[in-house]
Amino acid sequence: MDLFEYQAKEIFAEYGVPVQPGKVARTAEEAREIAAEFAASGHPLVVVKAQVKTGGRGKAGGVKLADGPDEAYDKASQILGMDIKGHTVYTVLIAQATDIAAEYYLSFLLDRANRTFLSICSVQGGMEIEEVAHTDPGAVARIPVSPLAGVDRAKAQEIIAAGRIPAEAAEGAALLAERLWAMFADEDATLVEVNPMVLTPDGDVLAVDGKVTLDDNAGFRQEHARFDDISNTDPIEARAREKHLNYVKLEGEVGIIGNGAGLVMSTLDVVAYAGERFGGVRPANFLDIGGGASAEVMANGLEIVLSDPSVKSVFVNVFGGITSCDAVANGIVSAIGMLADRGEPVDRPIVVRLDGNNAVEGRRILDEARISAVERVDTMDGAAARAAELASASSDAGAAKGA
Amino acid sequence: MAIFLTGQSRVMIQGITGSEGRKHGARMLVAGTKVVGGVNPRKAGQTVDLNGTDVPVFGTVAETMEQTGADVSVVFVPASGTKDAVIEAIEARVPLCIVITEGIPVHDTAEFWARASAVGNQTRIIGPNCPGVASPGKSNAGIIPADITTEGRIGLVSKSGTLTYQMMYELRDIGFSTAVGIGGDPVIGTTHIDCLQAFQEDPETDAIVMIGEIGGDAEERAGAFIEQHVTKPVVGYVAGFTAPEGKTMGHAGAIISGSSGTAQAKKEALEKAGVRVGKTPSETAQLVRDIMRTR
Repeated sequence: MDLFEYQAKEIFAEYGVPVQPGKVARTAEEAREIAAEFAASGHPLVVVKAQVKTGGRGKAGGVKLADGPDEAYDKASQILGMDIKGHTVYTVLIAQATDIAAEYYLSFLLDRANRTFLSICSVQGGMEIEEVAHTDPGAVARIPVSPLAGVDRAKAQEIIAAGRIPAEAAEGAALLAERLWAMFADEDATLVEVNPMVLTPDGDVLAVDGKVTLDDNAGFRQEHARFDDISNTDPIEARAREKHLNYVKLEGEVGIIGNGAGLVMSTLDVVAYAGERFGGVRPANFLDIGGGASAEVMANGLEIVLSDPSVKSVFVNVFGGITSCDAVANGIVSAIGMLADRGEPVDRPIVVRLDGNNAVEGRRILDEARISAVERVDTMDGAAARAAELASASSDAGAAKGA
Repeated sequence: MAIFLTGQSRVMIQGITGSEGRKHGARMLVAGTKVVGGVNPRKAGQTVDLNGTDVPVFGTVAETMEQTGADVSVVFVPASGTKDAVIEAIEARVPLCIVITEGIPVHDTAEFWARASAVGNQTRIIGPNCPGVASPGKSNAGIIPADITTEGRIGLVSKSGTLTYQMMYELRDIGFSTAVGIGGDPVIGTTHIDCLQAFQEDPETDAIVMIGEIGGDAEERAGAFIEQHVTKPVVGYVAGFTAPEGKTMGHAGAIISGSSGTAQAKKEALEKAGVRVGKTPSETAQLVRDIMRTR
């Protein structure tokens, strides 16, 4: 899970990583009130920052300086509702402005290839680190961090020295690095990035922007759910999550249900290829119902997939490994019954491909159920093509009706 | 021969008394695996009935090895206890530890990997979040359905469980020496490269199928390895061409970040190394079939 800047800074503060004071506003009026509080305490100059989970906010006009409450109101009105790389701005962070003497870069992250952790540190901050690595590779230090040893003061000093952070900032930066590591380790983060890490004219070092990615697998021992943000999630994805379904919304017309992450990913690809022959229809979603594929999970899956109005046909692609296909076929038949009972009968064609363990029996069960919406095709490529064809035909019909 | 797992392998199950441990322990026995014991400190001294076979339960991995000669451990303990279980296996120097459990925090995996490395990688770790290893006709350690394929001379390495099963099933008439599910997590113990090397050295493997997916750069590095070190024919498949950037597709490791980890880049890297890459699983199976026919 990626966090918003304001959430990242909340955790930073819990671990003693210095940040400038700030508060979140959802409306321009709230922005004005927050700026007024800062002004009353002698800090009229604030920064209004769009809260979106993507880079390049500054360039897009999502970060603006404001002098006093009225200006904060104006800037917040401009930024709220803005679209930045497909992300709508619902909240802004009103942060006390900081004088900047220098900007540096510091991060901790998972190093997949080397199966360990890594710190990246650079004396050049404030821009994308990939860009710095490209234009001035010598300015970017990459220091491996052992999961066993972690980062103590000496290691933090080593990181800061490798990044060539100058002497006047070194002590503050090392302290920040040590605390940032504690946060990274204790919170099960896979990325924490401070860019820029700022040196103020007073000699303080603080995190002026923060990016944090938390490990979804650590939910059982972390309170990560508090960062869940439904307002910025696709509504179908949010409902799928409530039903514990592994669903990702895509832009397309063929709904996909399958078992196993790899098989479902592969199904999306095969449908996209097949769609090239049928007016360019595309897969509408990723949905992995896992190995079991019980009737209830199948019913929930079908309900979620069919709740997407752009879905014109559904492709259920199941390979029976441990679960045998007759159980899956029974699951599909009762799922369709369950949906009818819930008052949401299946109104779009479903192409089912069953293969693997006990496939013959599974296919017989489907045939004997004689469900008009269900069409059985026994190869993955063939079934993908049929689902694409049905989606395409229905889209054409819809277009004709509309005209 | 097969790789990693042979007919002689003596398998213990960590978490044998749990529902998954029992269910799959019984399936492994049916597949002919020598399941010699299990570990649960709270039930040491008891036996667990796996479909009519009584399997002894021991308090520790070390004790199980000592009493039964076990040289493989399959881990089914829940995610919250997996790290400790794997570290115990590493400290006991089990030669092969197959971690089936899914949903393990990556900090835990990084930690047990670091522990394994610190003692010179005497334990080969496969997984986590993987279906395990199957050497058809010989032994089966994990959750791969044993009856979907036959013994043969194709080696298979895959990040994905169901795609592994699909491929094994499509090529069941030709058969497999060993299939290794390495798992789709961002940090895994055994990589594509480890398996490619083992298959290259295995006299009972004639051709290799390699299944990858989006995320990381393991396939790219495997491509470079194949170019240098693999003379046996390799057929590849990569899932996730339609996956959008920044969205995790089921597996914790299956995510495209920026321009890295895309299926297209992986396909190109493999093709550059002379690997024939199928567009769909069926086409991939056909490529393997063509190779095996001309041998």
